[in-house]
Amino acid sequence: MISAFFIFNQKGEVLISRLYRTDLKRSISDVFRIQVVSNSDVRSPIITLGSTSFFHVRTNNLYIMAVTKNNANAALVFEYLYRFISIAKSYFGKVDEESVKSNFVLIYELIDEILDFGYPQNSEIDTLKTYITTESIRVQPTAVEESSKITTQATGATSWRRPDVKYKKNEAFVDVIETVNLTMSAKGTILRADVDGHILMRAYLSGTPECKFGLNDKLVIDQSERGSSDAVELDDCQFHQCVRLNDFDSDRTISFIPPDGEFELMRYRSSNNVNLPLKVLPTVNEIGTSQVSYIVSVRTNFNPKLSATNVVLRIPTPLNTTSVDCKVPNGKAKYVPAENVIIWKIPRIQGGQECTLSGTAQLTATTHRQSWARPPIDVDFQVLMFTASGLLVRFLKVFEKSNYHSIKWVRYLTKASGGYQIRF
Amino acid sequence: MSSQGGQDAKFFQRGKIQEFRAELHAAEAKDKKFVKRKTVLKKIVANITMGNDMSPLFTDVVQCLGTPLLEIKKMVYLFLVSYGRSKPDQIQIVIPNFLQDCADRNPLIRALAIRTMSYIPLPIVTESLTDPLRHALKDKDPYVRKTAAISVAKVYAADPRRMEKAGFVELLRELLQDSNATVVANAVAALVEISERPDGVSFRLTLTVANKLLTALGDSSEWGQIYIMDSLMTFIPQESRDAELMAERIIVQLQHGNSAVVLTTIKVLLYLMNYMENRKLIDYICKKMGPPLVTLLSSGPEVQYVALRNILLIIQRRPSVLKNDVKVFFCKYNDPIYVKLAKLEIMYRLAREENANEVLAELQEYASEVDIDFVRKAVRSIGRLAIKVEAAADRCIEALLELLETKVTYVVQEAIIVIKDIFRRYPGKYEGIIPKLCENLDALDEPEAKAAMVWIIGQFANKIDNSDELLDDLVYTFLEEPTEVQLALLTACVKLFVYKSQSNTSKELVHKVLKWATEEVDNPDLRDRGFMYWRLLAINPAGAGDIVLAEKPPITTDSDRMDRGALDQLLLHTGTLGSIYHKNPETFIRNARAKALPDTPALNEKSRHVLVPLPPTQLPLAVISVPGPGPPPPPPRPSSPPPAPPPLPDRPRAPGATMSPSSSHGNDEEDEDAEEEEDRPQNNDPYAGLDGAFGGYAADQPRPMGGKRGDDEDLLF
Repeated sequence: MISAFFIFNQKGEVLISRLYRTDLKRSISDVFRIQVVSNSDVRSPIITLGSTSFFHVRTNNLYIMAVTKNNANAALVFEYLYRFISIAKSYFGKVDEESVKSNFVLIYELIDEILDFGYPQNSEIDTLKTYITTESIRVQPTAVEESSKITTQATGATSWRRPDVKYKKNEAFVDVIETVNLTMSAKGTILRADVDGHILMRAYLSGTPECKFGLNDKLVIDQSERGSSDAVELDDCQFHQCVRLNDFDSDRTISFIPPDGEFELMRYRSSNNVNLPLKVLPTVNEIGTSQVSYIVSVRTNFNPKLSATNVVLRIPTPLNTTSVDCKVPNGKAKYVPAENVIIWKIPRIQGGQECTLSGTAQLTATTHRQSWARPPIDVDFQVLMFTASGLLVRFLKVFEKSNYHSIKWVRYLTKASGGYQIRF
Repeated sequence: MSSQGGQDAKFFQRGKIQEFRAELHAAEAKDKKFVKRKTVLKKIVANITMGNDMSPLFTDVVQCLGTPLLEIKKMVYLFLVSYGRSKPDQIQIVIPNFLQDCADRNPLIRALAIRTMSYIPLPIVTESLTDPLRHALKDKDPYVRKTAAISVAKVYAADPRRMEKAGFVELLRELLQDSNATVVANAVAALVEISERPDGVSFRLTLTVANKLLTALGDSSEWGQIYIMDSLMTFIPQESRDAELMAERIIVQLQHGNSAVVLTTIKVLLYLMNYMENRKLIDYICKKMGPPLVTLLSSGPEVQYVALRNILLIIQRRPSVLKNDVKVFFCKYNDPIYVKLAKLEIMYRLAREENANEVLAELQEYASEVDIDFVRKAVRSIGRLAIKVEAAADRCIEALLELLETKVTYVVQEAIIVIKDIFRRYPGKYEGIIPKLCENLDALDEPEAKAAMVWIIGQFANKIDNSDELLDDLVYTFLEEPTEVQLALLTACVKLFVYKSQSNTSKELVHKVLKWATEEVDNPDLRDRGFMYWRLLAINPAGAGDIVLAEKPPITTDSDRMDRGALDQLLLHTGTLGSIYHKNPETFIRNARAKALPDTPALNEKSRHVLVPLPPTQLPLAVISVPGPGPPPPPPRPSSPPPAPPPLPDRPRAPGATMSPSSSHGNDEEDEDAEEEEDRPQNNDPYAGLDGAFGGYAADQPRPMGGKRGDDEDLLF
């Protein structure tokens, strides 16, 4: 298991260092600094030297790192590092050098609690917040009863929820967020199109509510079972700790007692009948060795009542581009020499519309003749109240012994961020 | 709630021991709400973090333990965890405080004290901890019990014999019956930890206990589920039914959102499948495993990487998993390089006649990317694809020829290396492209590529009109070339001579090279080969032709596919470091335990045949006991090695030998394996005995750096 946990800043200075085992010393951090922080070409998130392995994750110029001396469970170590980051975010907003320094005592308290002898323990934010707080706690005899409540919760079967939650107004918000991945070949054929879905829930519900959740889904295990029905076919889905997996396995109901506040209820994948919200048609021609001409059209492929927002196209240019001259009917297009791309930002496009960029890049003569690699055009966007997979929430039922009335809200969002790529 | 940031950044600066000491003393007099003490302690903790030695403040800091503020207590405890070990003479002054806290009414304080004490591996601390720890294991509060369980493993690491004598291992076993799932999970984690130590007590689950643990699984935290699932690997199924029932109970965990739960579940399932009979269930499990594995590719890049390296192993052992999913492994342009390289390897494995076109199109796309390693691997994969899928060979050759046109040197060299293998795989089919290859002679500056080109010229010297001129040019720098190229040149010249013994150039050439090889060169291999050719040509020139140009064995099966016994063994480590590097952990981690499938009546016939037995258990060096004064010998290890497998019938195996599983054992193959072999028709994937051919791959294969097992003091500074 994990022998030590460190946080480094970009310069390789230690911001947090905690050893859990006596099989190494703090100076192990020097090895990491040399091997990873000051190495400009790190080609793996895991580095093993002798019996010692370093696992690192980067976030906002920080290195969050764990060291092990045995044949550690690599997935567990990375999951722990991710979890640490999300706990830290929930405690103090963002995780960067400043916030780590400002909260280092709190961080030590947290990592003493969530990792014991290198074994991850209770990492449920809601529970942690009941006894690890930023305010000073006095040791008082009256606190004993309170403490027993905490310990029971921290070790209990519903360790993610306090029993005494109370709200005046009982509400639950469900956000279905789909990220579309697309790889389209230069010939316009779809090489790969799939959806990573996340269902986030914000539950502000009193007591110990029992929830049942329904979708218009159908899990397909065998490709041959695929038929034609209006149900959306999911390739796979995974659930938050609170969902009873056995119930799901036997009759496909999603039933759970939610944590208080925000959490990710489920994740799913779908690759069948994906509705691509944006079609991009690029025509890029190299004219001799001194010019490249661009005509790039974007067409929205959904109901005109909806619209795509924050559309950003990143259109690559050759490395020896000197200037780009382009015209757009909508939004703004700008050549960014540092990244060798034309960035075309469109604040909003309605459904069923099309707009086209036309432009020319001027090139300088170069000595080496290697042809231009033509990286793909990358598109980011968001479409509200639209799901690329077609998934819909059928119902969310809340049962609680006090039988209160609860209000439920559902939102849908489809977006692309870094994975919607068109080759040309 | 989220933006309530702390204000502690200002303490993050180096300070002097004297100053801190003075400040602590000052705080004793007048310290409203202990603000001053808190401030100094924070400065001290910040200095510990920065690597400033604060241990001289030991006695001063310990004084603060009297302060009734939890925050201060925690900081003092952190100080003790950091420096307690280096203060064996002074530690006793805090023991009364510890013991008081161990008996506190507040369970959080009791647990904190136990947890902290067990971090200090000093005899005096361990001794005082014995009683409180025993009570803590039976505490009425589950939080204290779960903390105590892990503490047993901690103290065991410091003083195993004391813990065994005091009966703590037994107490841990009793905790497996605890009513609280978190306690059970930690107890089982502690037992597994202890059993994995080289001097630890062994731990095996019986069916009854395993079933009890499975009941606790549903109520455990995600981490607890991992510990419990991990312990299932110590359960040895005696009957297929046991393995099947257990698999049915854990399979729902594949739907868990934590990737470590998913991979650990897969590890257990793969293990249990070796003991199953029910064909339908095996198929069902294989089907169920695919989608969650693909879903892991939507996690962060680090977890994706872990998943990809494991998928590469799993699809070799269970080809039906993911066999139709090659598309999900196509690289995204902005994937990190380690993800791309791992995906490329899987794409090649999943390539078949049906998807060869798509895969080839992708590989061509990658061949124009920026990262040199990635491009080279893509080019090589095109060549391997040609060799693996005959139907795609024509198109692959076309693609490689296009790549030659790019004139990018590393692309050209990589292409030539694979084309050489393609010539061997399809003799007589593609030699027409040789002139095109020869155009690139001047671009070759890497030994492997140059040697490949020389081999091509020598092998087909009769079909290349000016082969003697070409070789004459190449030989010009003979003495400066690396050995690999020299060997190739020597052989090529001999081949040329055999083909064109009438030509004067070739006569002179072979003479010149033989002379150099035998007289001017220091390398013994080269010299030996030179002498051998010389004598061969001198004694029997006609026979020499038969030998030098003998028909080569066809490149047949895929040698970089691991053999099944090795895979079975490696898959016992699914999700761990061993699975990232594709190495058994005992080969690169000191004190790691070797594992093997235990042989029981339920073990599949096929798995038993390829079983890689454990190396004989290394006896602890200290067992030699000499009568007389001296340290007591460690007690013998009770039954820790699993029952040794019976001697393998008619299967003498050299270590590391590659076997083609389809060659023998015609009828003892149960249909269990029919499915696994199906995507490997005989002689389809022809890379047998070509170990060296993929030398370039080994270079970008992830692997532990430096250090062998044993010389591990390396990083202990």
